[in-house]
Amino acid sequence: MPDSVPGPVLSPVLEVTDLRVSVGDHLVAVHDVSFSIGRGESVGLVGESGSGKTLTCRSVLGLLPATGEVDHGRIVLGGTELTGATRRTWNEVRGTRLGAVFQDSASYLNPSLTVGHQLAEQLRVKRGLSRADAHRRAVELFTEVGLHDPEGVFHRYPHELSGGMQQRVLIAISVSCEPELLIADEATTALDVVIQAEILDLLGRLRETHGLALLLVTHDLAVVAETCERILVMYAGEIVESGTTEEVLARPRHPYTQALMGVATIGTWERRALEVIPGQPPSVGEDMPGCRFAPRCRFATSACTSGPVPLADLGGGRAARCARLDALEGALA
Amino acid sequence: MTATRERPEVSGPEHTQVAPVLRVSDLSVSYAPPRKGTHLGTGAALTAASLEVRPGEIVGIVGETGSGKTTLARATVGLVRPAAGRIELDGQDMGSLKGRALREFRRSGQVQLVFQDPLRSLDPDLTVAELVREPLDIAGTLSRAERDVRVAESLRLVGLEPESMLGRRPRQLSGGQRQRVSLARAISTHPKLLFCDEPVSALDVSNRNLVLSLLDRLRSELGLAVVIIAHDLSSLAGIADRVAVFYRSRVVEQGPIQDVLQRPAHPYTGLLTASAPSVAHVDRLRPEQLRPQPDARAWPSHGVCVFAPRCRFAHDACADQPAPVTLPGDREAACHVAGEWRTHLTTTKES
Ligand SMILES: Nc1ncnc2c1ncn2[C@@H]1O[C@H](COP(=O)(O)OP(=O)(O)OP(=O)(O)O)[C@@H](O)[C@H]1O
Ligand SMILES: Nc1ncnc2c1ncn2[C@@H]1O[C@H](COP(=O)(O)OP(=O)(O)O)[C@@H](O)[C@H]1O
Ligand code: SF4
Ligand code: SF4
Ligand SMILES: [Mg+2]
Ligand SMILES: [Mg+2]
Repeated sequence: MPDSVPGPVLSPVLEVTDLRVSVGDHLVAVHDVSFSIGRGESVGLVGESGSGKTLTCRSVLGLLPATGEVDHGRIVLGGTELTGATRRTWNEVRGTRLGAVFQDSASYLNPSLTVGHQLAEQLRVKRGLSRADAHRRAVELFTEVGLHDPEGVFHRYPHELSGGMQQRVLIAISVSCEPELLIADEATTALDVVIQAEILDLLGRLRETHGLALLLVTHDLAVVAETCERILVMYAGEIVESGTTEEVLARPRHPYTQALMGVATIGTWERRALEVIPGQPPSVGEDMPGCRFAPRCRFATSACTSGPVPLADLGGGRAARCARLDALEGALA
Repeated sequence: MTATRERPEVSGPEHTQVAPVLRVSDLSVSYAPPRKGTHLGTGAALTAASLEVRPGEIVGIVGETGSGKTTLARATVGLVRPAAGRIELDGQDMGSLKGRALREFRRSGQVQLVFQDPLRSLDPDLTVAELVREPLDIAGTLSRAERDVRVAESLRLVGLEPESMLGRRPRQLSGGQRQRVSLARAISTHPKLLFCDEPVSALDVSNRNLVLSLLDRLRSELGLAVVIIAHDLSSLAGIADRVAVFYRSRVVEQGPIQDVLQRPAHPYTGLLTASAPSVAHVDRLRPEQLRPQPDARAWPSHGVCVFAPRCRFAHDACADQPAPVTLPGDREAACHVAGEWRTHLTTTKES
C-alpha cells in the first residue's frame, strides 16, 4: 500500500500517486510521493533546497531533465491520464490546462522575439483572439503582473529586461490561458516583497474568478502561510507532513516542520539571533534505514532508525511521518 | 548568545562621531544613452543618492529590481563613473583616483564585493584554496606562506574547516557552503568595507540565516563595515542596523532599521513592510490599504515624485519630486507627507 496524503476527495484537479523519481545513476530523489489538489484549491509544497520539490513539479509537467526519470507512479490531471503520456498530449495540456512558472524564467523565453509578441502569440493560438485583442489583452496582463510601462515592455526582448521583469512576463504568459492548475516553483522568490505580494494577490484573484488551482513551491513557510489552504512538507524526497495551513502552523506534528517554522520569515525587525537547522540534508540516493531526518533531529531515538517510518493518517486531513508522533504530541508547537 | 554580545553602538548619539568608512554624497550615475530601438539605459540609474556606512555597522539596501542598488555598489568600487556627486572611502575622494591610482586601489582589496549566485561568480575550475587566495595574489602584498595562513584563517572565520575544504571545487559544495567560500574570498584581503549584492537570495531559509549570522559575526570580530543589498526584507531582518530604501534610482528613506520598518515615513517603505510575508500573525497594515485607489489620477512619467504612480497618498504637491528631509531619530525621507501619511490613511478608511 502506498502512503497517501489525505486530501479533498471531490474531483481533484491533480492526483499524484506513488510517484518515484530517480536522477543520474538510478539515485532515488523522490520517494513514492502521493498527494492531490482539489479544484480551485491552493496547496503549498515546502522544504529546504534539495528536498525534491522541483523534481516533483517537473514530473507533473512532463519536463524532467534528461538525467531524471519517473520510475513509477501515476499522474492524473482532471481525468486525463498523464502517466506515460506522449509528448503531444503533454504539449497540449501545458500552456492551456496546466501552467507553470519557475525561478529561472529567462530560460523559458525565446530570446529572439519580443516578450509582447510571445504573449500575444500564445493568446492568438491558444485562445483564438484577434491580433488587436491579443495585443490589448497582453498589455492588460503585463499591467496586472505589476510591470511599469506595459506598452513599452511589450516591444522589448527578454535580454532587455531585468530578472524580476522577466519573471513577471512569464507569470503573465502562464496565466494568460486561465489554466486549471498553475504550478509556481519558487516563482516569486527572486521578486521584491511588494511585487511578490501583488503576484500572490493576483493568483488569489484568479482562483476566485477562474477557479484556478495553485501548487506553490517555496522553501519559506511564510510565503505559503497567507496564500495556501493546505501545506505539504517535503524532506529528502519524502512528504513528511501535510494538513491545513492553519493546523500545520499552529500545531506542527513533525520535528522537521517545527524546524522550518524556526527559520521562516517572521516579519519583525529587532536584532536577534537567527535560527538555523543544524547539519545538511542527506545526499540524493543515500540509503537510510529509518527516518531520513534523524541525523538532524533533536528528538531522534534508536526507534527512529530501526525501520521505515510510514506516513501516518492523523485524521482531519492531516498526516505525518514520525516514529514518535505520540511521544511528541504537544511538544512541537 | 550572539544577540547580546558587545559591538559598536550604532544608533546612539555617539554613532555620528565615528568617521564613516564609506560616505556617498549626492551621487548620480547614468549608463550610456539608449541604443536605437531599445529602452535600456534611459534615464538615471542613480539620482542624488547619499549614504554613510561606519566601521562595524551593517547597512541594508532594499528596493525593487532596477532601482539602482547594484549601481551604487559598482560605482563604489570604481566600475562605473558617476555623473555627479562624491564617493569617499576612509576620507579619500575616489573621484580623484585615476588610471594607475584607481587600479592600485582596486587591487588592494579594501572594498570587496560578494554576489548573489556563487556558482556563477566562482570559477568552477578553481579549488577553494585557489579561490580564496586569488584576491591575495592580486593584491600581491603578502608572502606565499603568509597567504596560506590567511586562506586558512579566512575559511575558519566563515565556519569552514580548511582541511576538508581546500581541495574542493564549487560543484562539490552546497549552496550555503559556496556562499561561505565567497565570503572567505572577500574577507581574505582584510577589507574595510564589504558590499554584498543579494548574498542570500539564492539560498533557502536555513542557509540564509546561517550566512546572515556569519556576516553579523564578521562585522563585530573584524570591525568590518557591511552593506547588504536585498530585494527582500527577510534578508536584513535580525542583523542590519540601518536601512536605505531605494525606489527608481533614489534613496527615498533611510534610518535605523527597526524605526524605519516599524514606523515607515515614506509610503513606499510602508508598502514594503505591509507586503512582507510572515509566519506569525502580526498586526499590521495590509498592502491593499496602501495601493492607489482605482480612480487615482494618471501621473506623467517625469518630473513628478518617482513613487506618485503607485502612491495611495499622491496629491497636487507631488507633481514635484520631493528632496530628502531630515526627521528626528537620525532618519530621512523624500516625501511631501513624510511620516504623516498614516493620518491620511485613517481618514481614507473612515470616509
Ligand atoms: N550595464 C548597463 N547598461 C545600461 N543600463 C543599465 C546597466 N546596468 C543597469 N542599468 C540600468 O540601471 C538601472 C539600475 O540598475 P541596477 O542594476 O543598479 O538595479 P538593481 O537595483 O541592482 O536591480 P536588481 O534588483 O534587478 O539587481 C536600471 O534601470 C537598469 O536597467
Ligand atoms: N538533473 C539532475 N541531475 C541529477 N540530480 C538532480 C537533478 N535535478 C535534481 N537533482 C537532485 O535531486 C534532489 C532534489 O532536487 P530538487 O527537486 O531540485 O529539489 P528542490 O526543488 O526541493 O530544491 C537534489 O539533491 C538535486 O541535487
Ligand atoms: S522519526 Fe524520530 S528522528 Fe524522525 S522526525 Fe520523528 S523523532 Fe525525529
Ligand atoms: S511625495 Fe507624494 S507621491 Fe511621493 S511618496 Fe510622498 S505622498 Fe506619495
Ligand atoms: Mg527547486
Ligand atoms: Mg542588482
